[in-house]
Amino acid sequence: MTNLVTDPPAVATKPAPVATRERRVNPLNGMAHIALLLWALATAGPLIWVLLASFKSNSEIFLGKPFALPEHFSFKTYTDAWSEAHIGQYFLNSVFVVAISTAGTMLLGSMAAYVLARYKFPGNRAIYYLFVSGLAFPTFMALAPIFGIVKSMGLLNTFTGLILVYIAYSLSFTVFFLVAFFRTLPAEIDEAALVDGAGHLRRFFQIMMPMAKSGLISITIFNIVGQWNQYLLPVVIMQGAGSDANWVLTQGIANISVSAGYHAEWSTLFAALTLSILPMIVVYGIFQRQIQAGLTAGAVK
Amino acid sequence: MRHGKYPFIIGFLVVPLALYLVFVVGAYLQMFQLSLTDWSGFGGFNYIGVDNFVKLWDDPVFWVALRHNIYILIAMPIVTIAFALFFAFLLNVGGKSRGGVTQGVWGSKVYRVIFFFPQLLALAIVAVIFGRVFGSDRSGMLNGLFPDSWSPWLFLADERWALACIGIVLVWQQIGFYVVLFSAGMGSIGQEIYEAAALDGATKVTLFFRITLPLLWDTLQVAWVYLGIAAFDCFALVNIMSVNKGGPDNATQVLSYQIYLNAFQNSQAGYASAIGVVLFFLTLTFAALTLRVTRRDAVNA
Repeated sequence: MTNLVTDPPAVATKPAPVATRERRVNPLNGMAHIALLLWALATAGPLIWVLLASFKSNSEIFLGKPFALPEHFSFKTYTDAWSEAHIGQYFLNSVFVVAISTAGTMLLGSMAAYVLARYKFPGNRAIYYLFVSGLAFPTFMALAPIFGIVKSMGLLNTFTGLILVYIAYSLSFTVFFLVAFFRTLPAEIDEAALVDGAGHLRRFFQIMMPMAKSGLISITIFNIVGQWNQYLLPVVIMQGAGSDANWVLTQGIANISVSAGYHAEWSTLFAALTLSILPMIVVYGIFQRQIQAGLTAGAVK
Repeated sequence: MRHGKYPFIIGFLVVPLALYLVFVVGAYLQMFQLSLTDWSGFGGFNYIGVDNFVKLWDDPVFWVALRHNIYILIAMPIVTIAFALFFAFLLNVGGKSRGGVTQGVWGSKVYRVIFFFPQLLALAIVAVIFGRVFGSDRSGMLNGLFPDSWSPWLFLADERWALACIGIVLVWQQIGFYVVLFSAGMGSIGQEIYEAAALDGATKVTLFFRITLPLLWDTLQVAWVYLGIAAFDCFALVNIMSVNKGGPDNATQVLSYQIYLNAFQNSQAGYASAIGVVLFFLTLTFAALTLRVTRRDAVNA
């Protein structure tokens, strides 16, 4: 299914056309605004509700009136979420795992993609298709064997195990994308460096990598978001007694939600959710264009 | 100059390839092997021939799960694509026209930024949020919005609506991504085409069906494939949102969750692998069908 995308990635967002002022009111335009506004509300509504509820006491939450302002702003829910519900710990675990696994994915993925895109050798096509075929199959298909393999290596409940599995399952798309990208880069500069006597390694790090910057940024964002949001693999690899110290954020939030459900005590959950959404909003606010480009990179022809 | 080429190629490929072979290819191969065993997930196993597949054939829960996957596979992409196309069209050409120039609505950039944001959130976190949005008492967002006189809706606890609720969450999260994707596609359609059509007196509706839709056909196919993949994997949603493990009464049972339940809750890892094998062939069929469609288009283009 990846063969859909063989062309080099393009920037997904185009600047929106700027509307000019006009005196005549167009009824269609008005309806368009209403439809768009409704969906904007449907998108933002649940998130605003989570934010408001995070300041409310549990009894306030059960009053209904979901969009009423809290009676007083209490930050106790937040301190509870951070310390008692261990959100801080889960957050740091996620940061640690994603930092290393994305770096590893980018290094190993671009190395493999570079030789596959730029060197002729027997088995090149076979290895390329081996990597790319991984895109066709969903990860959860082989859940039991993944567990078995990680267990047999003694890596269950370890960050090392999770990081290695993240990297392995991110390689398909990374290699696929970067091979296409490296092929589009001009060969002349590379050849000139070769004539000047630059070695293979130097050409890779000092010529290819800088030239491929835009592609590398897109796919790095893609991997960061994908690995940060991963839920299935941590649930499989970080399970059993005592594993909760190693849980990542998605796992931690899901677990808080379960225990909150047992006690019908929701306020801490809303604070935990807010703590996990806010950083995303901040990052999105700053890198909005790059993020949209990175996430749609694989789909834009 | 060819000096050192092969050591370099091997040096760059060996680590990524080894990781990929061990954790991805190895897992898929083991899945086939394990599907013929009675492995519980721990300890040794015996080969039991095709018993797992016979059991699968007679397992009503498997068929229910498969049927739900097919429902989602059909309904979710259609709804998502329809809404996303509608919004993207409004954003790009739904605005005022002046002297035959069609423009996007005012503020289209802001809408796009808001719509896209849910795509950045982990499906697991979205699932936790919507578990509460659909809460079955007054603490749920929707029940809180309903008039006091109504008795609370059960949503996820109602077997008639539980699956639809999960589908709605998928649509909610995905629409923004496709709005951005389709907007990019529409942006690359030349203004002069719209201008010419508008001069000929074409209405907005005609513009949409006669110009926008046909020229976006390629992008729509990409969207269909991506949504198809998402439709197969509802693990996070079902694991977090569903009442009583894919319930009530298996109303939200899907294949990914069946694999997880059998591998890690029912200690039937061999059986879980057999479901994986079935899924392997389903995915292959889906991929082959898509390939055929896109190949034909590649020739036409």
